[in-house]
Amino acid sequence: MRAVRLSVVTAAATAAALAAVTGCTEKSGAAGGDRVVEVTATDTGCEVSKKEFPAGHVQIDVTNKGSKVTEVYLLFPDDRIVTERENIGPGTSQKVTAEVKAGDYRIACKPGMKGKGIRQDVTVTGAGKVAKRDPRLDAAVASYRQYAQEQADGTLPEAKVFTDAVKAGDVEAAKKAYAPSRIGWERTEPVAESFGDIDPKVDLREDGLEEGQDLEKDWTGWHRLERSLWKDEKLTDRDSELADQLMKDLTDWQNRVGKAEITPTSMANGAKELLDEVATGKVTGEEERYSHTDLVDFKANVEGAEKSYELLKPVASENDAALTKELDTQFAALDTLLDKYRKDKSSYEFTSYDKVGKAEQKELSDAVNALAEPLSKLAAAVVATK
Amino acid sequence: MTDTPSGKTGQVAAAGEQPAGEERPVAGGAAAAGESTVAEQAAAGAPSRRSVLGWGGAGLALGAAAAGGAVAVARAGDDTQPAAAESGAAVAFHGVHQAGIATPVQDRLHFAAFDVRTTDRAVFVQLLKDWTEAARRLTAGQAVGEGAYGGLAEAPPDDTGEALGLKPSRLTLTIGFGPSLFEKFGLADRRPEALVDLPKFAGDNLDRARSGGDLCVQACADDPQVAVHAIRNLARIGFGKVVIRWSQLGFGKTSSTTPDAQTPRNLMGFKDGTRNIAGTETGRLKKFVWVEDTDTGPDSAWMTGGSYLVARRIRMNIETWDRTSLQEQEDIFGRDKGEGAPVGRAKERDEPFLKAMKPDAHVRLAHPDTNAGATLLRRGYSFTDGTDGLGRLDAGLFFLAYQRDVRKGFVPVQRSLAADSLNEYIQHVGSAVFAIPPGVRDRDDWWGRALFAAAPGDGTNSAGTNSKEA
Repeated sequence: MRAVRLSVVTAAATAAALAAVTGCTEKSGAAGGDRVVEVTATDTGCEVSKKEFPAGHVQIDVTNKGSKVTEVYLLFPDDRIVTERENIGPGTSQKVTAEVKAGDYRIACKPGMKGKGIRQDVTVTGAGKVAKRDPRLDAAVASYRQYAQEQADGTLPEAKVFTDAVKAGDVEAAKKAYAPSRIGWERTEPVAESFGDIDPKVDLREDGLEEGQDLEKDWTGWHRLERSLWKDEKLTDRDSELADQLMKDLTDWQNRVGKAEITPTSMANGAKELLDEVATGKVTGEEERYSHTDLVDFKANVEGAEKSYELLKPVASENDAALTKELDTQFAALDTLLDKYRKDKSSYEFTSYDKVGKAEQKELSDAVNALAEPLSKLAAAVVATK
Repeated sequence: MTDTPSGKTGQVAAAGEQPAGEERPVAGGAAAAGESTVAEQAAAGAPSRRSVLGWGGAGLALGAAAAGGAVAVARAGDDTQPAAAESGAAVAFHGVHQAGIATPVQDRLHFAAFDVRTTDRAVFVQLLKDWTEAARRLTAGQAVGEGAYGGLAEAPPDDTGEALGLKPSRLTLTIGFGPSLFEKFGLADRRPEALVDLPKFAGDNLDRARSGGDLCVQACADDPQVAVHAIRNLARIGFGKVVIRWSQLGFGKTSSTTPDAQTPRNLMGFKDGTRNIAGTETGRLKKFVWVEDTDTGPDSAWMTGGSYLVARRIRMNIETWDRTSLQEQEDIFGRDKGEGAPVGRAKERDEPFLKAMKPDAHVRLAHPDTNAGATLLRRGYSFTDGTDGLGRLDAGLFFLAYQRDVRKGFVPVQRSLAADSLNEYIQHVGSAVFAIPPGVRDRDDWWGRALFAAAPGDGTNSAGTNSKEA
């Protein structure tokens, strides 16, 4: 009897253990077992377990068998980064995941985290699975791409009003045109940031300069002109040059925005990142430290996040109705709160942020946290499948 | 299991209620001071030492349970005081009283006061349930929700992860309800009379941004990272419903609830709280700390088994204090700096002779005999929040006192302290008062149920967003 019982217990335990293992396998397998790529990095090599895999969620399991700390990248052919993982120590393993479309890519290992790395060409095939994505999500991506383009297109004329005033030496007119020229950019900033090179040229703050960069020579973009207008209260020839440069960089953005990599999860996490921008830069008044037009950027960030959310909501609400209910509540609460700081709800003339008291700043910060926390769960609600 | 701690508790309580000098027998010449013999004193002191050994044993047993991964259930429904004295062990979450009051004081604190932002009672009740579940896991040394890793790659993990691999560290989480909470949810008639708004006291210089709050959570642990992790994760679960109004980190407990532990020193270098109520003193706990059903009308019966907390941020003028002569420092406290003995006595735990002290000495004015017997259970911590703009240490005492009735506890004592010569060196800069509801009984119970479930309008179920039962 005792023996029998024991064996039953053992069998049950074994079954449980097997179930646990199977559960794990299924979990990573949910992304597709054939989409797991094992990468063995050494000091001189970068071996991949397969050079072709289907589109969708790809998992790269990296093992560093070399003696140096390494980093691993999945790159587009033009070296833009799809995903990366730094600081992989000798003898350690890391997992990197990404949502990848069909096309040619490269996996690069960088022993010692230096140089261009040791590269392997890989191909992502487009058959089957990526097409299975909910067509509503594809429609959401397409709508969002269009929105991003419209924002860029709409920004150029506003930016021209601003830069023309700068070049004409008209301080007052330039001040007036400054904040409106930034709205389209602020609404879609995560898309612009995905290019990597435009953002530092147009939206860098004084403290964002790297060591060795010169404040006068290397600092360009809106905030450099903001300082001239509000701190120096005068415009120089250098400012005219900066105005031309800004138009050039924004035109570059306008031309490239349509080619940005956009996925449902990047839209969802982009919405959260817009709120993060508010939480770290606007609520503190650091973003517009001279002009104090932080609330205009704030509003634009929230509008951009809301756009992403609205487009993803039909799918997200099916997967997590409680989450979308909470997001509806918190977006509405934040919009209502922001309206307190403008007289006319159709205008973007907001209270100057230096007139917003500490207690009011905390109220704004609380409302941002209240929205951003559930918003951080939107990506999960978008990828979850029933 | 239940009989052992309560048996010991009885013995220690009897010893604790001896009037004077019972704890540390004085050898030789000092025997003249008391009527009892050295032998009697030694006998009275002995059970207390044994009881501490017993506590240690219980703590070890809990530690073993923790290794087996069954901490939370191991002591479920245990109605005696949890007894984890072993550093790093888990303290039972369930009980008649909330842990973190009479349980042994840990060395670190993160105290947070929250404002409630939601006006929807069902949403708030769901938060209390979600918090309770999180607290149950956190105090057992487990991660919140589905943990800190292994979930969806595209979404942030449920738990923030900085307590992974750390022991439960005797974490206790204690919730309290501020006077303003009762207004917010139409519960004004259920606010206990003993939860008074504190009057303005002489010398108060209160900063509104460091005062008040609809709710508080006191997190105490042996490891500061564990305490901070707990508050951080509760705040995160609460976003959109509650916001942190202010919070305070504390270190170096300034009061002990374990009778044989050395009395800790405050940042002025003095032992304070020598005669604090011990966690084993059932009699004094019953008399001065726990709310009895006879204290409450029908509307506040939900407080039975609870207590009231007064929290004060007391800034010390450290630099001027350090320039004060030893004699003056000792006169101000009414104790000597080395041993901690009251003026004219030899040993720290000798009964103070109040009339020997200066009329404005701190101990004299704070003593129950000066305040019609008013006695508090103190659980304060030292704090240092760096340096102020003038280069002075922003430091002092974060005073936490539990009592059965604020009107009979903190209020008379603090009024009496208006004449305290210590006031030249301290300033009360933050203040709050909270009703501490009774403990969470079992897995079906939740923080505040007695207050919220019995009142009309609680049609809530587990439809909330954060309910993640294991």
